[in-house]
Amino acid sequence: MKVPLFASDDDPGSDFSALLRRVGLDPFQAPAGPAANLAPHATTVLAVRFADGVVMAGDRRATMGNRISNREMEKVVPADRHSGVAISGTAGVAMDMIKLFQLQLEHYEKLDGRPISLEGKANQLSQMVRANLGAAMQGLVVVPIFAGYDSLRSTGRLWDFDITGGRYEEREFVATGSGGGPASTVLKVGYRLGLASDEAIELACRALWEAAEVDSATGGPDALRGIYPVVATITADGWQRITDDVLATVFTAIADGQRARGSAS
Amino acid sequence: MNMPFYVAPEQMMKDRADYARKGIARGRALVAVQYVDGILLVAENTSNTLRKISEIYDRIAFAGVGKYNEFDQLRRFGVRNADVKGYAYSRDDVEARGLANDYAQILGQTFTHELKPLEVEILVAEVGVAQADDQLFHILYDGTLVDEKGTSVLGGDADAIAGRLTSTWSADDALAAALPKAVAALAGPERTLSADDLEVAVLSRSNGRRCFQRLDHGVVASIVGGTNVPPKSAQGR
Repeated sequence: MKVPLFASDDDPGSDFSALLRRVGLDPFQAPAGPAANLAPHATTVLAVRFADGVVMAGDRRATMGNRISNREMEKVVPADRHSGVAISGTAGVAMDMIKLFQLQLEHYEKLDGRPISLEGKANQLSQMVRANLGAAMQGLVVVPIFAGYDSLRSTGRLWDFDITGGRYEEREFVATGSGGGPASTVLKVGYRLGLASDEAIELACRALWEAAEVDSATGGPDALRGIYPVVATITADGWQRITDDVLATVFTAIADGQRARGSAS
Repeated sequence: MNMPFYVAPEQMMKDRADYARKGIARGRALVAVQYVDGILLVAENTSNTLRKISEIYDRIAFAGVGKYNEFDQLRRFGVRNADVKGYAYSRDDVEARGLANDYAQILGQTFTHELKPLEVEILVAEVGVAQADDQLFHILYDGTLVDEKGTSVLGGDADAIAGRLTSTWSADDALAAALPKAVAALAGPERTLSADDLEVAVLSRSNGRRCFQRLDHGVVASIVGGTNVPPKSAQGR
């Protein structure tokens, strides 16, 4: 694992994955046989565009079959100051992909002296998902969401991906994972152009709430242990995680609303 | 068969050292000083794009003087080494001492085995959790590794600058006090340096995970004073 002093005609450039391969640490090796259901799964994550940027949110549950393997996993993380990545799918592979992606952005920034454009970051993530296709075919699927604030265009932008690395920019919102279906429906009904920050946060929380209602692999807010979903905004000021106190208030209001309707369904 | 001329090893080493020293002395100097919140790095550099000071890792910075292409290659080596080590082990396992050793090996090897020594002098700085843990490793063209305390001066006219610097420097200075002292030491009694002539960065303890931060010309000018003359033509040294 020794990094040599590369000759100028043999230099791997700013690509961290290429550098890792050169020193014998290939991060994407497909398993020899089927590997589905051998490792914990991470579930519902989403992103919503609002007036000043984007909101990203994800529940905290990881499951293995019908067992809850982790109650406080963080599937939504900052990729750098002005972008975030959210992951659904095989937890171990996903976490390594996030780590590699964060490092790639930082590595490029340090070597080249300026950050990659937002579009370029989405493209980098797309190539990582594509590199994982061999493992995905064996059942170790990872499907991320990428969102961030584009300083060149002064707007929030978001992308979803398929397992082949297909990259699709969405204009309004995106949700993925096992609870992605119901979450998308809630977002679609509640979305309008130019949401304010607190409205977008409330909408994201409601979408996770409804997903947790119908999908057993998605965790709802856990007031008993004080575990709430990860919700963060990304604006011109950068990544900001919403505190648990704020989320507790939002979820209490959602629960009260449901109670007032006199419905437990 | 051609017989090479005999050159005494002492003479050969001296010639190489003189060659490297001359190359380094042609370049402009750079100083690093401890201040209360971390380490301040100030270089005389008219280019706004060809950097002498850069970020290596969370708490580690790199600075080089001499031939740009040579120290930039060493800088890239440092970033790669740190990032791979942090990926394979943990971010906590990346430290300046190991990197400074690697640099000393490379410079030493090149000095004795290659046709031409590297015409560079480099500094690896690490900001500690407390001021007592700050580290400044100064590495010379022949691989000599010096662990310096408080201040470090690289490049041409280093002795005179170090003399001026140590007479004014204090580790308890805030940034606003430390920067003018460093600039005055670089400039000497006969010159004044404005913000446009300087490249300034800090490794600040209070800066979150990534301690490295560049101070742009506006910020530097507000501290040391200085005019906004149009940038002069960029040079590699």
